[in-house]
Amino acid sequence: MSNAPTETAVDERVKSRSRFREALIRPELGGMVGTVAVFTFFLLFAFDSGMFNSQGMMNWSIVSAQFMIIAVGACLLMISGEFDLSVGSMIGFTGMMIAIFSVTLGWPVWLAILTTFALAVSIGALNGFIVIRTGLPSFIVTLAFWFILRGFAIFLPQVIERKTIIGGIKDVAEGDWLAFLFGGKILTGVFQWLGDAGLIATFTRGTREGQPVVDGIPMLIVWAIGLIIFGHVLLTKTKFGNWIYASGGDAEAARNSGVPVNKVKILMFMFTAFCATVFATCQVMEFGSAAADRGLLKEFEAIIAVVIGGALLTGGYGSVLGAALGALIFGVVQQGLFFLNVEPSLFRVFMGVILLGAVILNTYIRRIITGER
Amino acid sequence: MNPEKAPIIQMKNIEKHFGSVIALAGVSLEVFPGECHCLLGDNGAGKSTFIKTMSGVHQPTHGEIYFEGKPMSFGDPRDAITAGIATVHQHLAMIPLMSVSRNFFMGNEPVRKIGPLNFFDHDYANQVTMDEMRKMGINLRGPDQAVGTLSGGERQTVAIARAVHFGAKVLILDEPTSALGVRQTANVLATIDKVRKQGIAVVFITHNVRHALAVGDRFTVLNRGQTLGTAQRGQITPEELQDLMAGGQELVALEGSLGGTV
Repeated sequence: MSNAPTETAVDERVKSRSRFREALIRPELGGMVGTVAVFTFFLLFAFDSGMFNSQGMMNWSIVSAQFMIIAVGACLLMISGEFDLSVGSMIGFTGMMIAIFSVTLGWPVWLAILTTFALAVSIGALNGFIVIRTGLPSFIVTLAFWFILRGFAIFLPQVIERKTIIGGIKDVAEGDWLAFLFGGKILTGVFQWLGDAGLIATFTRGTREGQPVVDGIPMLIVWAIGLIIFGHVLLTKTKFGNWIYASGGDAEAARNSGVPVNKVKILMFMFTAFCATVFATCQVMEFGSAAADRGLLKEFEAIIAVVIGGALLTGGYGSVLGAALGALIFGVVQQGLFFLNVEPSLFRVFMGVILLGAVILNTYIRRIITGER
Repeated sequence: MNPEKAPIIQMKNIEKHFGSVIALAGVSLEVFPGECHCLLGDNGAGKSTFIKTMSGVHQPTHGEIYFEGKPMSFGDPRDAITAGIATVHQHLAMIPLMSVSRNFFMGNEPVRKIGPLNFFDHDYANQVTMDEMRKMGINLRGPDQAVGTLSGGERQTVAIARAVHFGAKVLILDEPTSALGVRQTANVLATIDKVRKQGIAVVFITHNVRHALAVGDRFTVLNRGQTLGTAQRGQITPEELQDLMAGGQELVALEGSLGGTV
């Protein structure tokens, strides 16, 4: 041990890396570049379209926040090495359950919401349990639930109410404390003040004359920010976060080191279901109705946002902040094309192109990180 | 070799049957603290089954295990790890995408309390990782360097350092040098030597006689599920070890045709 190197010893084979390059090698890179590019584009071409006044900003913020809520769940699940394709169907199903419990059965709305959350999280746990027990790919198991949940979301209201849309939730939710947590708005005073000060647009006639057009921050956005902070702290700053990375990186190696891989994965399935239910509840409270076709394609949009955010489809690597940026890119582009009067179907083309670009970039970054050639 | 010291682990007449296959037919072995005990044998000799019995993966069909003088039966690998028997597998318990520091503390994360919440203590983890790696002679770019960028020998060393840091008394190394180049093998052998000098018992599984003779204090040869006895360092020549491993005759014939190069 006499030749133990001192602190200053430098291995001549370890090339020093510039700080710039160091800063580039992080999962959020794709998301950050994309965000800057997207904002630059729309600021240049859509600035006069109303996209960046108070209404316009609220418009794409809400859409982005919706993407963010499901992306956080999908992100943590993907890093732990699994997928959930049933997210979109879960949104349709849970929204419908809230409507059935509260409108058809006449339960108090808070009870309907809590029961639905319990139900959704149990289904998430069942998803995870089946994946763990059978060793089947989560792709297949959650695809089955994609059909099962969507089927129930259509079947139940048809049998009970003879229609696929249940309305009237706004009326029953009036004054309900828990409903406010999903459908309410905060900081209304601030927006009133901004309106009075002439900083944001106000209604100029009608019953709401003098009130600001945008009258508060919807709870949807508060949930999105809260979930992002929670997810990011959990992943990077806690012991459990280390287990999430480890479970997705190499489940066998993680088990050998004493990480409870099965528990981690099942909890992540439950969390994904929770996020989908938050989405559904906010949507139901906002629209005042539940429809059987809500949440179509959301599972793919969530996964794409996560991949743009730098997570690897194979698990073990990714970032919640990146996923949030991916969701922001989505929201801004989807609504931005609308402001630009571009045919909305082009959004799908954009989605495909950016997904491909993100996956290629991620593969490249992973090679740098792991030193593969 | 150290009559004054008690063996830390004793395996007595271990038998392991898998259905109709007898993988181990009565193997006995003693390991003392601070020694490097080499377990040699050809493929299929029962080395892996034997160490899996020692580390709690398999339960012996017959036979007894004494750990620090007391009879022990390990229900699963966690029991063995808690008792102080750590195994560094051939295919490592390392995750290439994660940083060295995150890997080092995987499953044993240090925690710092802030209010009612527990957080991963990254500062402490990074500090310890850098210190331990420096002791083993590995210079990291930083504690956040991914394990994927390390060479095979360095990964073995990280795994060994991790086991030692978390209080292993017996360290089982399952063919740590089998996939390594000359220089990396030398590094791992040097690491084994450092660990042994700290008073830890090392069980070094290999089928390479030269690697075994480089660091081993005692040598036990397994052949077809049986032990052919334990030899002390200096009492046995490489040729004898090689012959024992191959079970004698066949290799002699083979060696003739290869010009004594095996």
